[in-house]
Amino acid sequence: MGKTLIEELNMSKFTEEVIKAYPSKVAKKRAKSIVVNDPDSIPQIQSNVRTIPGIITQRGCTYAGCKGVVLGPTRDIINITHGPIGCGFYSWLTRRNQTRADKPEMDNFIPYTFSTDMQDSNIVFGGEEKLKVAIREAIELFDPKGIAIFSTCPVGLIGDDVHRVARQMKEEFPGVNIFGFSCEGYRGVSQSAGHHIANNGLYKNLIGNNDNYVRKNKYAVNVLGEYNIGGDAFVIEDLFERIGVDIVATMSGNSTLEQFETAHTADFSLVMCHRSINYVAEMLETSFGIPWAKANFIGAEATAKTLRKVGQYFGDQELIDRIEVVIADEMIAVKAAIDKARTKTVGKTAMMFVGGSRAHHYQELFTELGMETTVAGYEFGHRDDYEGRRVIPTIKIDADSRNIEEITVYPDATRYNPRKSEEELAQLKEAFDIEFNEYKGMMTDMKKGTLVIDDLSHHEMEKLIELYKPDVFCAGIKEKYVVQKMGIPMKQLHNYDNGGPYAAFAGAINFYKDIEMIACSTIFKQMKAPWEREDFVEAEYVFN
Amino acid sequence: MRKIAIYGKGGIGKSTTTQNTVAGLAEMGKKVMVVGCDPKADSTRLLLHGLAQKTVLDTLRDEGEDIDLDDVLKPGFKETSCVESGGPEPGVGCAGRGIITSINLLEQLGAYDEDKKLDYVFYDVLGDVVCGGFAMPIRDGKAEEVYIVVSGEMMAMYAANNICKSISKFGKVGTVRLGGLICNSRKVDNEANMIEEFARQLGTQMIHFVPRDNMVQHAEINRKTVIDHAPDHQQADEYRALAKKINDNTMHVIPKPLEMSALEELLVGFGIMN
Repeated sequence: MGKTLIEELNMSKFTEEVIKAYPSKVAKKRAKSIVVNDPDSIPQIQSNVRTIPGIITQRGCTYAGCKGVVLGPTRDIINITHGPIGCGFYSWLTRRNQTRADKPEMDNFIPYTFSTDMQDSNIVFGGEEKLKVAIREAIELFDPKGIAIFSTCPVGLIGDDVHRVARQMKEEFPGVNIFGFSCEGYRGVSQSAGHHIANNGLYKNLIGNNDNYVRKNKYAVNVLGEYNIGGDAFVIEDLFERIGVDIVATMSGNSTLEQFETAHTADFSLVMCHRSINYVAEMLETSFGIPWAKANFIGAEATAKTLRKVGQYFGDQELIDRIEVVIADEMIAVKAAIDKARTKTVGKTAMMFVGGSRAHHYQELFTELGMETTVAGYEFGHRDDYEGRRVIPTIKIDADSRNIEEITVYPDATRYNPRKSEEELAQLKEAFDIEFNEYKGMMTDMKKGTLVIDDLSHHEMEKLIELYKPDVFCAGIKEKYVVQKMGIPMKQLHNYDNGGPYAAFAGAINFYKDIEMIACSTIFKQMKAPWEREDFVEAEYVFN
Repeated sequence: MRKIAIYGKGGIGKSTTTQNTVAGLAEMGKKVMVVGCDPKADSTRLLLHGLAQKTVLDTLRDEGEDIDLDDVLKPGFKETSCVESGGPEPGVGCAGRGIITSINLLEQLGAYDEDKKLDYVFYDVLGDVVCGGFAMPIRDGKAEEVYIVVSGEMMAMYAANNICKSISKFGKVGTVRLGGLICNSRKVDNEANMIEEFARQLGTQMIHFVPRDNMVQHAEINRKTVIDHAPDHQQADEYRALAKKINDNTMHVIPKPLEMSALEELLVGFGIMN
């Protein structure tokens, strides 16, 4: 038997090769974040630690995680950025989180950005008054149900108290739910801190506020950690419509304030992006007795598996049958699309550095295309996203993590109602292998000998491309043009470039087509830069 | 134009010493501008005979960007020009950023221009160099000469040593230099000798020893400098002497801040042994 593709690439030497360029202290630190995977004996990977200054990182800030990721996709909460204009401006419609109000007259603030536009004198004299004026103005103009305030770095430095302002404004406007987030950009090592802060805020200010959810169907779930990039949530909503299960709340793609407030009435939480929303999933379980399970709607097989999980959870034969019909129906087109794409994609390789779950989820789609994910990593994942939640007790809490508020929640006095007993959960695990309140991490699904790299630097990225020449490289906008200039097809998996949806069956078909198009294109190979095709290149000035 | 910043621990007498020294220089016929860099805006009270000053930042807030220099610059004792940078109320906003804004605005307005024919500008800075904003006068060449007001009390010397740390830091890349220590006596044992030794170890001088005298308080109650209030009093002569020494001073150094242990040794050596 010949060597497998992964064996042939022999990436075990990569760490040694890449860290040569670093000063010894940096090399020592980075080496801990670059590991050769072994799914049978998962190695420890250093993650969620500070990026070394001077390294070009993929990471974003805490404000981005809180405002941009978790709260941003909700359409009827006015998200006010308290700070200088840049933070608000550059987080305005850049994430392609789509939304669709049920009726045209319903609130939809997604096309807007709201900022207090702090000026020098607001920094000197404090910006609380300007924030109040902004809130009053927003209420006067838009009459929203809710207003969220997001702190930027200078707000933390000068000590404006956004929570006090929120309380005062709530007294002034009793009908509007106003709350603040201390999500100053510098707070954590990455946007992950912002997710945590956002989750705490969701729980404290929204979840459980409204018990009056009216069901359309017998069963109801939450879809957590799905942000409707490129319309992903729309196709998931459509699927649930067809299998006849309510989605009470999507957090937070295509969502509304009411969805957050009623999320505690669901029977089951499906967790997509573990990193950004696991805190809420846990709090819903502890406070209201709603179990959660890891779900994945990225990949046709993964979607089918997730839907079956829902059927098995409720144990209703009619539901199970409906799910099978939907899967069978969808699989026809999926199969045709896979067969068409695979003629070109089989045996190609992909590298992925996105998110806190995406680098895991998208491996499903590449597998369906017969492609190998040779290297993957997260920007802001923690060890549990890599190695599985079993390692959580062994994660060392450092000063950066302590900086983030940790809230302890207790079973709700009147509304705690375990949806399934311990025995029932154990039976479901036994019968269908459904893991509750558990995530096994990315590494368990990656092949032996593949590379896992946390918080990839640009130097490491260039080395990866130079040494292993992937057929497609997936990351974000900061990497996109560097990768393309190196002649490697690049797919953004944060905003899907201009593509998507990629979720569920319909999304998978889109993805097969897009990847077939970009990964199998020969355009980059045909194009040669002048210095590659000429022996001698003479340059001249464009001016005289 | 000589650009001088006065630093020192809070409550040590920076504003009093600055204004009395400025009065001495003004008496010598020098044209002096005083820029108060303290949100309390009390750095020019004695020269203006009261808190009559609208601060730069208040004016900026009320009038917007359209400000005349005359709005913020008030003439004080013997044609001294007095400016208060001002700042937020305690516990709000960022006073340090306020000082940066304020000094930049003064520059834009031409407060330092040639036609003002200034001999001196004095920055009277709040307390210790606690953050970047309060270091503003010694950054970017805003002030080139620093005098630290100090006494024989440990915390005052500790603060002085800290200020020397920032001077040596900014001095390496900029033009700021230490002109000397002004000892504002608290009647600590052996005070003059100790400060002289402290100055020597820092690589600078004790430029003057200002004895403690109640006349300073009398003058303050009357909202005047001693030179203004009691020109014939011996304390007025002390300030005149200090003004002259500063005027004649040519010793400008990058200080060598002491290690904490060396500072403690100094205190033990001079303070407790005798």
